[in-house]
Amino acid sequence: MISGFFQLIKRELLLAVRRRGDVLSLLVFFVIVVSLFPFGVGPELETLREIASGVVWVAALLATMLSLSRLFANDYADGALEQLVLLPMPLTLMVLAKIVAHWLLTGLPLALVAPLLGLQYGLTGVPLLVMSLAIAAGSPALSAIGAIGAALTLGLRGGGVLLSLLVLPLFVPILIFGAGAVDAAVHGAAFGAHLLLLSACSIAALVLAPLASAAALRIAIE
Amino acid sequence: MSWGSAAEFFAMGGRGWYVWSSFGVTALILVGEMLALRARRRALIRTLREGASQSAIERIESNES
Amino acid sequence: MIPWFAALAAVLILIGLYVSFFVAPTDATQGEVYRIIFIHVPAAWMSMLCFVLMAAYSALGLALNARLSYMMAAALAPTGALFTFICLWTGSFWGRPTWGTWWEWDARMTSELILLFLYIGYLALRGAIDDPRRADRASALLALVGVINVPIIYFSVKWWNTLHQGASVSITRAPSMAATMLLGMMIMALAFWMYTIAVVLARVRCEILERDAAARERFTGAQA
Repeated sequence: MISGFFQLIKRELLLAVRRRGDVLSLLVFFVIVVSLFPFGVGPELETLREIASGVVWVAALLATMLSLSRLFANDYADGALEQLVLLPMPLTLMVLAKIVAHWLLTGLPLALVAPLLGLQYGLTGVPLLVMSLAIAAGSPALSAIGAIGAALTLGLRGGGVLLSLLVLPLFVPILIFGAGAVDAAVHGAAFGAHLLLLSACSIAALVLAPLASAAALRIAIE
Repeated sequence: MSWGSAAEFFAMGGRGWYVWSSFGVTALILVGEMLALRARRRALIRTLREGASQSAIERIESNES
Repeated sequence: MIPWFAALAAVLILIGLYVSFFVAPTDATQGEVYRIIFIHVPAAWMSMLCFVLMAAYSALGLALNARLSYMMAAALAPTGALFTFICLWTGSFWGRPTWGTWWEWDARMTSELILLFLYIGYLALRGAIDDPRRADRASALLALVGVINVPIIYFSVKWWNTLHQGASVSITRAPSMAATMLLGMMIMALAFWMYTIAVVLARVRCEILERDAAARERFTGAQA
């Protein structure tokens, strides 16, 4: 069962390697959104430093959102999902594998790219590291909660917009803790509590969300 | 009773606009919801009645043929 | 049964309005504008109560696969969303003269706004699914996910709010509330309860008839 779990992750990664463009365009989306803000608020680094945490986090949420609609949709479209459901392993575990793979393909790359964008906003040193860490620690929760929405909206018309309606309000705590961590680091305050809260959210989401999204998948493909 | 006159009552100590728009919008929403429900129910009953008569007509026609 | 609840709601609203405008005294610090809380606070209570009830009916529906439970949950959603909106609207109209702004990122207001988003998401999901059985179960699951998240969202927003103390206004809503003020709020809350029961029952009745009609159409369609 455990080897099946890892094989599933491997399968997802392999599929992603075959469709390299998906991950790449996601990262470009992230970079473009963050780079657009200075045109709106002006190039003063003082202002940009103040809003950096929020901008990068909201852009990360949006990028995650965009990639979520594909989480089950491709497998649903080509019929592979029905096979996956029939695997001799709990559906919850299958969903968890999907979530882990999704995090490896979105959350992790976003976390790695984020410091570069922080540089654009006049951040240096510790805040850049904290930004990376915060996104890495918080994005598993985004993938996990998002999986519920992706399963619920599977195969529905207007799925993408609907998905964001369902999921974005649930992302609020992650946004608060994540941007809070970066903000605290920017202002030289203690950021450990934020990171711990983020990790706690991610762990709780990884435990609970697969149950819910497995149930949602059953409802959707029945 | 803290009102000397009707005008004083409607003025709400100079904050009439805030008070009355709050209560007004609440009343509008509640009444609107009830009206919408009534319209839905009426439309439903109408289609049910039409559907029933239609199927009755069809039944009669199929008996005749 | 519905006319009884509707009549009860109407009578209670009249009594509540009488108490809120003619019995309750003028607030010492806020003046007359505080009378908005006689609808604001009951609406806030109802908005949360409707969500909890919705989740409870959803859980019951999922556990017992009972269609009526799902319908009750679905019928509660629009009314709950409207009460959430009323709460936000009246809060805004209370905040403008009291705080000087139409919108304050206060923890309670912000949580209420997110609650409205959750209601809208629930309604949108139901609206997007044509198959009533899937709509029932998917939206029930979403209601459960939402109700687990509401306290988390509330506490995170509260925490966020205390971190940014500079921007927020400390609110101490009527520190020494007169007994008649509390009474007015209670009567209004009870009136909103009765109103909700009447409206939700009426909506469930519509829903049952509509599904019956749709089923009959399918049945006769299959026969022909």
